Amino acid sequence: MKPHTLSVLVENKSGVLSRVTGLFSRRGFNIESLAVGPCEETGMSRITIVVIGDDEKVEQVMKQLNKLIDIIKVSDLTENERVERELALIKVTAEAGTSRAEIMQIASIFRAQIIDVGLKSVILQVTGDTDKIDALEKLLRQYGVKELVRTGRIGILRGSKIVASLK
Amino acid sequence: MKTGAKILVESLQREGTEIIFGYPGGVVLPIYDELYDSSLRHILVRHEQAAAHAADGYARASGRVGVCLATSGPGACNLVTGIATAYMDSVPIVALTGQVPTNLLGNDAFQESDITGITMPITKHNYLVKDTAELGRVIKEAFYIAGTGRPGPVLIDIPKDVSTKAIKDPIIPEKVNLRGYNPTYRGHKRQIEKALQMIAAAERPVIYAGGGVISSNASAELVDLATQLSIPVTTTLMGIGCIPGDHPLNLGMLGMHGTEYANFAITECDLLIAIGVRFDDRVTGKTDTFAAHAKIVHIDIDPAEIGKNKRIDVPIVGDVKAVLQDMLALMKKAGVRDAWLKKIKHWRQHHPLKCPQDGRLHPQFIIRQMSELLKGDAIIVSEVGQNQMWTAQHYCFKSPRTWITSGGLGTMGYGFPAAMGAHFARPDLPVFDVAGDGSIQMNIQEMGTVSHNNIPVKIAILNNMFLGMVRQWQELFYDRRYSYTELPPVEFVKIANAYGIDGVKVESSDEVMPALRAALDCDGPFVMDFRIEREENVFPMVPAGAAINEMIGGHPK
Repeated sequence: MKPHTLSVLVENKSGVLSRVTGLFSRRGFNIESLAVGPCEETGMSRITIVVIGDDEKVEQVMKQLNKLIDIIKVSDLTENERVERELALIKVTAEAGTSRAEIMQIASIFRAQIIDVGLKSVILQVTGDTDKIDALEKLLRQYGVKELVRTGRIGILRGSKIVASLK
Repeated sequence: MKTGAKILVESLQREGTEIIFGYPGGVVLPIYDELYDSSLRHILVRHEQAAAHAADGYARASGRVGVCLATSGPGACNLVTGIATAYMDSVPIVALTGQVPTNLLGNDAFQESDITGITMPITKHNYLVKDTAELGRVIKEAFYIAGTGRPGPVLIDIPKDVSTKAIKDPIIPEKVNLRGYNPTYRGHKRQIEKALQMIAAAERPVIYAGGGVISSNASAELVDLATQLSIPVTTTLMGIGCIPGDHPLNLGMLGMHGTEYANFAITECDLLIAIGVRFDDRVTGKTDTFAAHAKIVHIDIDPAEIGKNKRIDVPIVGDVKAVLQDMLALMKKAGVRDAWLKKIKHWRQHHPLKCPQDGRLHPQFIIRQMSELLKGDAIIVSEVGQNQMWTAQHYCFKSPRTWITSGGLGTMGYGFPAAMGAHFARPDLPVFDVAGDGSIQMNIQEMGTVSHNNIPVKIAILNNMFLGMVRQWQELFYDRRYSYTELPPVEFVKIANAYGIDGVKVESSDEVMPALRAALDCDGPFVMDFRIEREENVFPMVPAGAAINEMIGGHPK
């Protein structure tokens, strides 16, 4: 059982996302993370799905996804050299004074940006892999995380290789 | 200028549709108005579920795409069981539904239901058409998707304003262009060669053939391959008819109510050649012990079926017919597998299907009489339960597409409307629906349809005043506690008569053949109410979850 990152190229049509998520729920597969957005081709979108399961289960997920008419290609990035990122926006309690300085220090260590400062809080923006964001969140907890918003994970292959060329 | 409704009717005709099974309603009024002047035949059913089953029965009997039509909301929802039935058995139908006008979508308007949402898990694909200009393309795609690759139902939801709006020069494309849909038809040559080598090396091979052989029209190739390579064949419920029932290599059905010899052969084989099947739990019993000593070759057009339930040694993705043709071209004829066939012959002699002969009215006897009278030149449809299993076991089918039954979903009430559809596909053949007294009452209102249109469907009700299969399980596994499975007697002939249909009640075995003859000789529909032994069981039987060679109600080993 390990996380697999699937890159799914789909027709940009209404209802595609519910076809994909519906398939996961009715076949009993769990989605760990999901991100959707436009891609390099017009009329298509790319969905990045992280699913945890043994290899056979993930193979079955991919085969079932492939059967959906609006899905153009399903690729598993997991066995390839790749870069994966998530983005998080974190609103932290930060009264003027020492805690605010500490938060800014932590932010700089994590290369997070302060994107908003209020009287009683700051908003941090951080990108990175899941572990890095988890670590930052953990550190910020002591100051009081008022709100946390995270995107799903997205991934891309390293080098000049592209997802479309994967088997 | 053409309205959406006109584009729809013209597109259906271009696709070769001859008949639609449907039921009108508010938002499909424009479509019905167009049908009024059209040469397309429309059969008015008495419940939309029957429209879906009739389209399905038509598709299974003909191999073409069946079409049904219903209004929005309740009409569309009533199609759902029929669509799910077609989906589970990979049957090509196109279901057309009306929808509230686009400006009311999502408003909880009168008779609105999200039928594309509802049917997403039970269709191969579905569409909500929001623009009349898309209609021609969508219909073209729907027929293509339904009928190619692994077939299945496709639903098209058409809002009322989309069918009323008229547009100039609508585009109805000649070809479809779907970048996300490219079924593989030809099998991989090296895999095919590998399979042939394994067949040549095998001592105890068995072919396990299913509905995929029928839907790819590959029965002749299958029989040819089995004969030339001397391989016995067992069929699933859906595969019945792909090899003649009296062919010496045919072991009959396998699985839960399969023949003992088929299940023994599977258990002892050293090579299993699975063709157009999906290793369903009703076939495999306990999967670990299913063909445990065998290498497995699996031929199927749907890659997702390969390895889903059982590890496969040689997968071949492709259309069964194309793959079998390639195998026939590449194979070398094998010698007769004497020892193996002799062993099977021994099992066959010592473990035949039982047909009680005590003078009382037994269902197995009725089915055998039907088989004797019709000699395979008929379409036999069944409902679901004991009636279905007795027919599968005891009727000798001679050719594909003459056995029509709900396998995967197990839909009671399927048979009668499916039989109506089958008649329109094959008006040259008599059509019999073998029913139980439970199943027939699930769509008994269709007596109105067959009477109204003089559709000559013959209904043979095996009436035991029980929900027989459930009662059988209660007898065997629930200490004979018959919880809500007993049905009061119903005079089915009187119901038939009320609809203007002839019928006969049969209470003894010597009345069986005359009743069947009367049904066959009658020009229109006919009802036979067979009052059978009430607590007759379907045997042999593999208890759920057991290994398939652990049968009860068979012969001592």
